[in-house]
Amino acid sequence: MSNEKFEPKIVGFLCNWCSYTGADLAGTSRMTYQPNLRIIRVMCSGRVDPQFIFKAFKEGADGVLIAGCHPGDCHYKEGNYKALRRYKLIKKLQSEFGIEDERIRLEWISASEGAKFQEVCNEFTETIRKLGPFNSKKGGKNE
Amino acid sequence: MSKPKVAFYWCASCGGCEEAVVDLAENILKVVEAVDIVFWPVALDFKRKDIEAMPDKSIAVTFINGAIRLSEQEEMVKLLRKKSQLIVAFGSCAHLGGVPGLANFWDRESIFNRAYKTTPSTHNPEGIVPQEKVTVDGKELTLPKFYNTVFRLDQIIDVDYYLPGCAPPPDLVMNAINAILEGKLPPKGTVLSPNKSLCDDCKRNETKPEKLTIKEIKRPHEIMLDPEKCFLAQGVICMGPATRTGCGERCIEANMPCRGCFGPTDQVIDQGAKFLSVLASIIDVNDEKEIEKVMDTIVDPAGTFYRFSLPSSLMRRKRMPSVADNEK
Ligand code: SF4
Ligand code: SF4
Ligand code: FES
Repeated sequence: MSNEKFEPKIVGFLCNWCSYTGADLAGTSRMTYQPNLRIIRVMCSGRVDPQFIFKAFKEGADGVLIAGCHPGDCHYKEGNYKALRRYKLIKKLQSEFGIEDERIRLEWISASEGAKFQEVCNEFTETIRKLGPFNSKKGGKNE
Repeated sequence: MSKPKVAFYWCASCGGCEEAVVDLAENILKVVEAVDIVFWPVALDFKRKDIEAMPDKSIAVTFINGAIRLSEQEEMVKLLRKKSQLIVAFGSCAHLGGVPGLANFWDRESIFNRAYKTTPSTHNPEGIVPQEKVTVDGKELTLPKFYNTVFRLDQIIDVDYYLPGCAPPPDLVMNAINAILEGKLPPKGTVLSPNKSLCDDCKRNETKPEKLTIKEIKRPHEIMLDPEKCFLAQGVICMGPATRTGCGERCIEANMPCRGCFGPTDQVIDQGAKFLSVLASIIDVNDEKEIEKVMDTIVDPAGTFYRFSLPSSLMRRKRMPSVADNEK
């Protein structure tokens, strides 16, 4: 498959209070952005169990985005710090699993940052497009 | 009535699970009285052809330990599946992949290279590595195929029950044998150990503060381990929260943290990811740079969190260009 035709599948876990609202704002403000992100709304970025991330890759995702409120702004106070700590540890784990660093990304997007959502979404889609398909079968399935 | 036929087999394992059967001590005599052991390579001289000659489903139960990493192991477990009414995955390697499963961070070539060429104790100037076929004096010799990937037993054949542990403790083994003999079996697919976490049964759980937080992580050899305090509260990685109970807290009793050999509870798919989640949650540091510093003190997180369960993880193995789709 040539990479020009490759349409990345990206799973985005967006927290209800900030990032999902930010994405919604991008939509209602009629900003255009890449259609590759499949959004899953979670109550808080701290709810994103690392199992969700690996499951997403196993089910065919090429990249995973986690987005939450800016530090200090989490609706549940600490959830995004928890997300940040998990993310930092996942970074170490993912390299041991041979998953390229860029495929898992954490961003802080507030409810008013529709433009930032647009930018992150476009940029991340391009990054993954350049990387090519994840193909979890390469080591993931029955080899 | 003739006694039920029982078989034991071993695959990629260390021999400890055979030891666990012998560890049944005088109970083994009761077992031998009640059953007819038809196959047990470590102790009895029966051959593959003896199994092949048996009618299908004529063995009541076969206990298989070890992971699957060779074509011969795959053939043998498929044969035993055909001949047995029940298959029990015995021990961590058959249940989860176990320590041999850590080989899934490499592939055949890198393993051969290390084992047969670059270890300091190896003298192999011609660089000979195992081949599936070689001709010596006009005769062809064969070896089983060495797979790129290690599998747990139920990734190769259908498994009825799982006896967890490295190795399974005698009481769980006896319970399982008795349940089979008495026909009092739980639903198919059950892991034959209580479905709750090790922390639930651990004596040290009481010493866990209400809100457990740590600022740094220590390896067991770096501090004097308190013999009563929860390991996590001492900043030492203990897999208890992500591990199924039933071992009798063997490691904890020996003042060593749990490494997760019983695998996760039924609610968890990926033991390592679950533990990562727990550990990251209790680290009481919020500044990005400081977090990175703490995480850098965790040596080989994947090899630690998946010590016994890498082939059972969602990723199953390291992604490597050499390992193509469906290639064994
Ligand atoms: S973390 Fe380890 S030491 Fe602490 S309660 Fe759980 S099993 Fe026991
Ligand atoms: S304490 Fe953990 S590693 Fe040790 S035997 Fe029990 S389950 Fe296995
Ligand atoms: S609610 Fe947005 S990160 Fe916690």
